[in-house]
Amino acid sequence: MSMTHQVEDDKLMVEMRGVNKWYGQFHVLKDVNLEVKKGERIVICGPSGSGKSTTIRCINRLEEHQKGDIIVDGTTLNNDLKNIETIRREVGMVFQHFNLFPHLTVLENCALAPIWVRKTPRDEAEEIAMKYLRRVKIEEQALKYPGQLSGGQQQRVAIARSLCMNPQIMLFDEPTSALDPEMIKEVLDVMVELADEGMTMICVTHEMGFAKTVADRVIFMDKGQIIEENEPHEFFNNPQSERTQAFLSQILNH
Amino acid sequence: MPSDANKSPSAHTTRFWHDPAKRAILFQSLLVIAVLGFVGMIVQNTLHNLESRGITTGFAFLSQEAGFGIVQSLIDYTESSSYGRTFFVGLLNTLLVSALGVVAATVIGFVMGIARLSNNWLIAKVASAYVEIFRNIPLLIQIFFWYFAVLRALPSPRQSLEPLDNIFINVRGLYMPEPIYGDGFGWVVVAFLLAVVAVIGIARWSKKRQDETGQRFPLFWTAAGLLIGLPLVVYWIMGSPMTWDNPVLKGFNFRGGMTIIPELAALWLALSIYTAAFIAEIVRSGIEAISSGQTEAASALGLSKSKVLRLVVVPQAVRVIIPPLTSQYLNLIKNSSLATAIGYPDLVSVFAGTTLNQTGQAIEVIFMTMLVYLTLSLLVSAFMNWFNTRMALVER
Amino acid sequence: MSDSAKVTDKLLPDLPPPANSTGFIGWMRMHLFSTPANALLTLFAAYLLYILMVPSINWALISADWIGDSRDACTSGGACWVFVYNRFDQFMYGFYPEVERWRIDITFVLLVVLAAWLMLPRMPKKGLVSFITLIIYPVVAFFLLYGGSFGLEVVETHKWGGMSLTLILAIVGIVAALPFGVLLALGRRSEMPIVKSICVVYIEFWRGVPLITVLFMASVMLPLFVPEEVDFDKLLRAMIGIVLFQSAYMAEVVRGGLQAIPKGQYEAAQALGLNYWKMMGLIVLPQALKLMIPGIVNTFIALFKDTSLVLIIGLFDILAIVQAGLSDPNWLGFSVEGYTFVALMFWVFCFGMSKYSQHLEKRFHTGHGAR
Repeated sequence: MSMTHQVEDDKLMVEMRGVNKWYGQFHVLKDVNLEVKKGERIVICGPSGSGKSTTIRCINRLEEHQKGDIIVDGTTLNNDLKNIETIRREVGMVFQHFNLFPHLTVLENCALAPIWVRKTPRDEAEEIAMKYLRRVKIEEQALKYPGQLSGGQQQRVAIARSLCMNPQIMLFDEPTSALDPEMIKEVLDVMVELADEGMTMICVTHEMGFAKTVADRVIFMDKGQIIEENEPHEFFNNPQSERTQAFLSQILNH
Repeated sequence: MPSDANKSPSAHTTRFWHDPAKRAILFQSLLVIAVLGFVGMIVQNTLHNLESRGITTGFAFLSQEAGFGIVQSLIDYTESSSYGRTFFVGLLNTLLVSALGVVAATVIGFVMGIARLSNNWLIAKVASAYVEIFRNIPLLIQIFFWYFAVLRALPSPRQSLEPLDNIFINVRGLYMPEPIYGDGFGWVVVAFLLAVVAVIGIARWSKKRQDETGQRFPLFWTAAGLLIGLPLVVYWIMGSPMTWDNPVLKGFNFRGGMTIIPELAALWLALSIYTAAFIAEIVRSGIEAISSGQTEAASALGLSKSKVLRLVVVPQAVRVIIPPLTSQYLNLIKNSSLATAIGYPDLVSVFAGTTLNQTGQAIEVIFMTMLVYLTLSLLVSAFMNWFNTRMALVER
Repeated sequence: MSDSAKVTDKLLPDLPPPANSTGFIGWMRMHLFSTPANALLTLFAAYLLYILMVPSINWALISADWIGDSRDACTSGGACWVFVYNRFDQFMYGFYPEVERWRIDITFVLLVVLAAWLMLPRMPKKGLVSFITLIIYPVVAFFLLYGGSFGLEVVETHKWGGMSLTLILAIVGIVAALPFGVLLALGRRSEMPIVKSICVVYIEFWRGVPLITVLFMASVMLPLFVPEEVDFDKLLRAMIGIVLFQSAYMAEVVRGGLQAIPKGQYEAAQALGLNYWKMMGLIVLPQALKLMIPGIVNTFIALFKDTSLVLIIGLFDILAIVQAGLSDPNWLGFSVEGYTFVALMFWVFCFGMSKYSQHLEKRFHTGHGAR
């Protein structure tokens, strides 16, 4: 099913070179190098505390890296607020705990950024919002408040909210970890569909099924380092590093 | 250490106002300039105004003679004392009423707070009525009520009430016998101190013994016996070295003994009753904050009801109660400044009132007064912070 | 089926509980006389209530006099409410000219309408009404009360007094302190060290000193701070002092509200590309302000009670007016009636508001997300 999409080899969307980060004395990212091409789907996995979330949170500057370069769609991430704003406009993010705004309706959640960041007229912004809500199959909930929806529905709204900004890249930070088992599928379905349409995606997730079917590359991180990087078939059937093997045997054997 | 700044190829193109670090420096510099400018303007205006009014600044007035009397003083004070001394007289009076108020408010507040949780319906209702009535009426009205409506309505000294022998209540205040300590009373004090030391020693020993052997020691009764008994025995041996100076009606007023002036009594009553209503709420919610699961778990382990309270509920509740309790104590100290409304000679009434009016040194006087309250606030919060960290550490 | 299985076909009927555990008797037994000690406590409390309440009720209601022109109307031996009855208008309006008092009435009726609109959960357009209440209404109220334009006669502030002055002081204090409080709270949470220190020092300073010293400062020091030709009205000085003081307390309420907003909300707003002020204005503050309402109501209650202190610097709020009335030679000796009346006025307001704030807290606590 993932045969239809096109990876454009010549166009780099995200480029991380020698990225290092510390929390106080604690070295959380050690020389992370990562290149993501346009249309590519990357899955990052690894044990908790391995730095995978921190890595993608550096891409849109929710976390500041202290050493190395991050270039997103040609824009260098540095202390320039203009650059940070540009990058955040181009990069969508979906969080583990959805982080919908509870004081706004689903529709207002989605239309907020187009109105205030892209300066889209309200009617137009709401049209865009409805379009993406339809796409995640939740348009009938548009006038409800997030607190009235189930976890799976909330996460789909969160995805629609990001899509409304028409992002070049989507970051997923463990999007299914906070969901009840019966709701995971509805969110994964939306993500798979998104992948089929050619969206550049970087997902931190433990859903190995998703990684197998959708990812172009799987990256394994441990203790702040990228340990192994491979296409999914090889990664799962023929892991090279011992740590990868240990990790895979832990999460697949039950 | 992550000291390397982020060196990026396009860093040199960053516009100055798009760099948050530089923007912060700019913004803060502007703020500092604005604040300094504002303060400077005020200082300039003030100096100019003082000059045109012929007021000299400085603290020289503190050594001048005050020339007014103060109705209650804990240190020697006469009309010929200095303004500086009025400061200390007022400060001590503030501390006196605050200390009395803190003790009384704590006692009433804890009793009422626990009463609100009583399973006796009537007691709980009475306590909650107390809380709702007294915390919703401004303190100043309560002070006025006690002072003007109750204490001012008391009979004159000649018709004094005498609820107990040698204790007189009239419109001028509450008169009580004053203890006069004779030779040898020092030994009684020494005996008491010895008893305190002994109790601490016994407490340590009994804890150690319990840790080692599991046997418990009747600590409370031993301690009570030592603390009361030992000084009493010494007092008897030394031949009762204490007499009472009784108040006696002479002419229109009482002489001798101890007096609580009605201003102090009204302020004390009002402060304690008002603050106690807040403390009662704090105590109630502090105890209620301990989930019933804690009590159930402790009871299920076979601890008796009193042990459940002592070992499980109280240690946890205290941690919840202490911080808001502290701020109530601070409020009480600050509220004691309402003394000025009925003329109790506290710091604000004597110093920021009479002294300010006589000298006209508004800046210096208000500055000193505010500094006192600030210092008290900071001292109490510092103590409570220390106490809190200690509690938290004990927790682990 | 094994032999050890036990099965019953018969459904047991519901039986009433034992008689001594229900009904009035059962209730009394459980809540008043559960143990001998409890029974003693109950009897003691009942006795205390009896000796306290019976004379009080008798004094205040049964043998009280209500209507008349002078103290001669007070013949029954109980409370002389005639005193309050005669001076009621003054207690409410101070020395505001009688023919102009409708202006105060309209001001407060408007306020009640706006406040009711905001407090009732079902009313629409809360945002617009908040804006009117916080921005437009104060201006309208000023012109109504002070006059000087639209053909309204000027009423100098020294004629203002009574309950209306108390309310004006409290409302001005809270409304004007809110924006300062928000800025101070944001400053206190700022990462810029100087901004943060300035805000911390400001907040801790005002919270550390008693309101009386602040009022003294406002009344004796403020005139020194400004150029000679600027003349501050006494009321304005008190208001400035109250706002300076109150904004520090407000800042702490706002800070509490801000702390209750989860970090994820900030992150999601940032990830969508909102800048600091948009993030605060659109996402964080709207949620935080809602959570702050109980805290704001509580500080309002505290301020409302504290406004009584202005009598010390010579303003005639309701307490001061009653106090002045008590020293009227024609009405000497009615201090208990006077203070009881003021206390009751304050109590009704404060108790009502505290119940409202508790109700809000409960609503926010249980109905998260639902509106």
